[in-house]
Amino acid sequence: MVSDIKVEIFKGENGQGDFVAYEVPRLESQTVLDVVTYIQRKLDPALAYRFACRVGMCGSCAMMVNNRPRWTCRTHVEEVVKQGQLKIAPLRNLPHIRDLATDMAPFFDKMQKAGGCFVADATVPQHMLEIDPLSAARQEVDAGIECIGCAVCYAACDVAAWKADYVGPAALNRAWTLVKDERVADVNWYLKQVALDGGCTSCHTQGACSVHCPKSLNPSRSIAGLKQAMANAFLKGVL
Amino acid sequence: MKQLVESRAHVAYVAFVVHRLSGISLAVFLPVHFLVLGLVIESTAALDGFIAWTDQPLVKAAEAILIVLLCVHLAGGLRLLLIEFVVWNDRQKLFISGGFAISLAIGLLFLLNG
Ligand code: FES
Repeated sequence: MVSDIKVEIFKGENGQGDFVAYEVPRLESQTVLDVVTYIQRKLDPALAYRFACRVGMCGSCAMMVNNRPRWTCRTHVEEVVKQGQLKIAPLRNLPHIRDLATDMAPFFDKMQKAGGCFVADATVPQHMLEIDPLSAARQEVDAGIECIGCAVCYAACDVAAWKADYVGPAALNRAWTLVKDERVADVNWYLKQVALDGGCTSCHTQGACSVHCPKSLNPSRSIAGLKQAMANAFLKGVL
Repeated sequence: MKQLVESRAHVAYVAFVVHRLSGISLAVFLPVHFLVLGLVIESTAALDGFIAWTDQPLVKAAEAILIVLLCVHLAGGLRLLLIEFVVWNDRQKLFISGGFAISLAIGLLFLLNG
């Protein structure tokens, strides 16, 4: 068991730089984040990377691991190591800051752009809505709300790579949970937001988001739901 | 920074690429198709001559490929229309592979009947 892992980590700033090789002792139940932390603590204190919770809640530790985006704190080395090697790079499709840290601002800005804020019906305090947890609409919402905002889906998506103003799977998944939420004031406002250029019609249903989501959410399905809702609203003349 | 990406290695992405490539191939084929149909305006003999030429095995094989492309594009298009306008279904892998299998079977049937 105690063989070393050969780790290559991208080091540099603003997209300029190269992969640097390290050797890290292999341990039982070791995660990719453990490997990066070992390197920062023992081998290269200047290494920049991000994490917070270490238990898959905060969404800050996502990186490219052997060319795929993953949440590193919940990814075991044994699941992803290839011939004793790990290649770790910053998340794809986001501006690079330094080493393994990317600028997440565009990702969260796009969530806002797609209408990702909850605007309640102002009359709700007078008419408290009873939400049946088993209703079809609420189940749709429940299926999508566990997003931790890690941007793994965004990094896996080719449309996000090709089209700079595409808001991406996470933002649209968030919008879908609001469109299906019976408490929001104006569903059509949300539909108008996602109908803009770079919204849900930009998605080509490639499905990489759903394949890679560490929380097993299905953004492809949410986006398809938005497209259906948008088409219906258009036919009814409200869009 | 140029990155190698492996996040494309899954069925739905293959379906996307096949849909695009079959669409482009069909778009290239269509003008040729109309050109041949236009032959009949000049003379039926010209068209008959061309149809006789298409009896060669190599041309038959090319036709079979064309039929598979058409079927695969139709199946992919129907799948997308269904999930984008009607209802999502979790069995997308089954739909995609089923579409491929039926298209290949139709191509084979064409060859066997030829
Ligand atoms: S460190 Fe919080 S999700 Fe990985």
